[in-house]
Amino acid sequence: MSGNLPTGAAAPPRTAHEAEPEAGAGPGSVAPGSVRGGAVRRLLRNPLGAASAVVLLLLVVAVLLAPLLAPQAPDVSSLGDAFAGPDAAHPLGMDSAGRDILSRILYGGRNTLGGALIALAVALALGVPSGLYAGYYGGRFDSVAGWGVNLVMALPAMVVLLASRAILGPNVWVLMIVLGVLASPSFFRLVRGIVAGVRKELYVDAARVSGLSDTRIVVRHILVVVRGPVIIQVALVAGVAIGLQAGLEFLGVGSGSSATWGAMLNEAFQNIQRAPLLMLWPGLALGLTNGALVLLAGALRDVLEERGGGGPDGGRVAPRTKEKPSLPAAPVEAGARSPLLSVRGLTVVYGKPDGTRKQVVHGVDLDVRPGEIVGLVGESGSGKTQTAFSVLGILPEGGRIGTGSITVAGREVAGLPERAHRALRGGTVAYVPQEPMSNLDPAFTIGSQLVEPIRQVLGLSRKEAAARALDLLRLVEIPAPERTMRLYPHEISGGMAQRVLIAGAMSCDPELLIADEPTTALDVLVQAEILGLLRRLQEDRGLGVLLVTHNLGVVADLCDRVAVMSDGRIVETGTAEQIVHSPEHPYTRSLLGAVLDDAPAREPWQQRKARSTTV
Amino acid sequence: MTSTVADDTAAEVPDGLPDALLRVRDLRVSYPGRGRRAPRAEILKGVSLDIRPGETLGLVGESGSGKTTIGRAVLGLAPVQSGSITFAGERIERAGAARRRALSRDLQVVFQDPYTSLNPSRTVGDTLGEPLSGQGTGAKEARARIAELLDRVRLPADAADRLPREFSGGQRQRVAIARALALRPRLVICDEPVSALDLTTQRTVLDLLLEIQEESGVAYLFVTHDLSVVRFMSHRVAVIRGGELVETGDARSVTSEPRHPYTRALMLAAPVADVAEQRRRREAAQASAPTPSSASPSAPASPSG
Repeated sequence: MSGNLPTGAAAPPRTAHEAEPEAGAGPGSVAPGSVRGGAVRRLLRNPLGAASAVVLLLLVVAVLLAPLLAPQAPDVSSLGDAFAGPDAAHPLGMDSAGRDILSRILYGGRNTLGGALIALAVALALGVPSGLYAGYYGGRFDSVAGWGVNLVMALPAMVVLLASRAILGPNVWVLMIVLGVLASPSFFRLVRGIVAGVRKELYVDAARVSGLSDTRIVVRHILVVVRGPVIIQVALVAGVAIGLQAGLEFLGVGSGSSATWGAMLNEAFQNIQRAPLLMLWPGLALGLTNGALVLLAGALRDVLEERGGGGPDGGRVAPRTKEKPSLPAAPVEAGARSPLLSVRGLTVVYGKPDGTRKQVVHGVDLDVRPGEIVGLVGESGSGKTQTAFSVLGILPEGGRIGTGSITVAGREVAGLPERAHRALRGGTVAYVPQEPMSNLDPAFTIGSQLVEPIRQVLGLSRKEAAARALDLLRLVEIPAPERTMRLYPHEISGGMAQRVLIAGAMSCDPELLIADEPTTALDVLVQAEILGLLRRLQEDRGLGVLLVTHNLGVVADLCDRVAVMSDGRIVETGTAEQIVHSPEHPYTRSLLGAVLDDAPAREPWQQRKARSTTV
Repeated sequence: MTSTVADDTAAEVPDGLPDALLRVRDLRVSYPGRGRRAPRAEILKGVSLDIRPGETLGLVGESGSGKTTIGRAVLGLAPVQSGSITFAGERIERAGAARRRALSRDLQVVFQDPYTSLNPSRTVGDTLGEPLSGQGTGAKEARARIAELLDRVRLPADAADRLPREFSGGQRQRVAIARALALRPRLVICDEPVSALDLTTQRTVLDLLLEIQEESGVAYLFVTHDLSVVRFMSHRVAVIRGGELVETGDARSVTSEPRHPYTRALMLAAPVADVAEQRRRREAAQASAPTPSSASPSAPASPSG
């Protein structure tokens, strides 16, 4: 089974088709776990990765070519030359028994690296297939293997190795096999965890329906995902194996007779007063190898798990509020600005990893007046969410407001520092997200998730805040609010979760509510209730609402005015009736044309006369 | 309250349709409850339905109603507790792995989420080749078939060498449809195939599915929560609630004159893109359903179906 495992970054280099990211998807939407072609190239572009790979490669080649490179055999000793300094024939000098140090380093590397290789092979052969099996099939094997693994992990490695040497004899290869067994749980757990996750993916279901056998599914869909993490783990475990082996040899527990780096350290240590330099060479070899392995593991992780920092303008490098947007050079004339929310000439820019910039919102003008519900309509990628996020100051990593002005209650918020924006979000502006469930923390009760922010923002006592939270739950028409306060998010339905989030949004008496597809994740019956709730809140409190949606039915139900967005631009604005009944822009018309409300029901089924088999 | 209408359904379909391709009888699916003493969670409580060759049966319901589970049980992805599933005259509810592999020739699926139903690290060509290689199709033949399939779902021929992430949601769903069609199946389970798509994309994908059905005579079990989609797509419609069918009938009668109050509520709840009409419906819905259905905090959120 371990034969299937690639030992290097095995993806054949392919020309990476650069994905054209959808504007709405934002950066970082790269599929996780995919080890694409070019991984090797990216590794070599990483300075640490390239350096450590080169060092390791040189070491391995030198050790493999020991018979050619070494001045003499490792065990040839001429006692007369003991402790001789470096000379032309023996570039690193001679050791305490008059043996050539370079030769011993080179040959010793064969034993040291070979031993690590054996340990790795054993660990992989045991850990990976059993992890695959346990993760894929679960059940009894999984539980039994889990117990076994926990048991092995509880054993202290050094003690077991010492004991095995006492029982099995002083053979370094046998010890390395034992070490492999001891290291196998790390692979088992890694692989099992990943496989159990992938097992639930829809594409694995699809492969089963496609008629693939389990073996094929594992080979095609599962190994790919396991590959990257296993490669990283190999580099780490190799370092540990080399270190442990050298430690054993240094303690004199190894095979003793043959040259290894650890044994050389041992000898050198005994003569440390007389020839301190003897420590240097095996120490250097060990240090270089282990250091290179650790650095390589880190670089591999960056490359295979796509964690590398973005380019010069990318993601985390540039904090999003650092660069102040240049306010519009030319005064924007687009009618009177609303006192509540007014957006003029807004552009949103994303820095891409390759240093280029991509503009996803191109000069949007938008107004929400007090007590008005404005729909922002468009398809995914149209920039509607980006516009809403700009107002809230929560653009995802790498995104920032390019130019333009956003005023909320008369105050300019474009380019506002994060702290001021947070205060704004806690006060004037509130937000209701699309996925209610993922916006509640499963570890806390509904009550605590409502009470804590209220205490923080309004500075109320715990008791006052709890009373206010209860009022809010009543406001959003949650029956039995006292009971609901004590429930955890998994104990309530999606519709209830959305009500709780709306309650949270209302906690600071906002003037403007920004709702991003608030009902898209909900069923129609629940959607109708949430829409009704939003309508009542708007009527009772004079709330201004910016409703981001793609559902024209929701628009017709709730909105006073509508802005239709396509490709980062607003193509049409008007009252809901204008937009729905007499759209002017072709894009709006195409949206309405796709609505199935008026489409005729399908005719009843009739026996087919003849069937063609072509598809 | 469900029994009268359900009986009615049975009367309409006496002992099932005589020429059914798929026949499901009294299907029950349940999962062990959480915790040792917890009762089993009953997902399907005795569902019976028929699909004829070339027919679309629309299955409508809310999340948690069990609609997705019916499809998964037919595909062998959900454990059947009791009841029977007959496909082309053969009982398949307990089919073993080898039998399932053979069935994959006739029985296929298009899942809801085109983002997770395609392996992100395999090219479109690899994905489409999968069912073919499962049936032992040769490489050359497979390549030709993949080209044919891509053409059929109107994707460019070079799509085969590209990765799913290079495609939009609608295009990915076309890939998933092509994968389902690869073996020229007789029945495709369409599990909310357009729910994750934009309105305009949704329409083109639905049109494509209809067109394929007209051409090939494939039957669909079309699972969705959207009545307007089901009305557009289906010859017959079954409405499911809490693991039981509450109403079955041809698309026009179920969606125009629903008999069961639940179907009516579903219909009125879906907002239409017409301001005056929507106001009228909203008021009608408020009049007929005074208590919100999500009013009970104890109703746990459950995954779709």
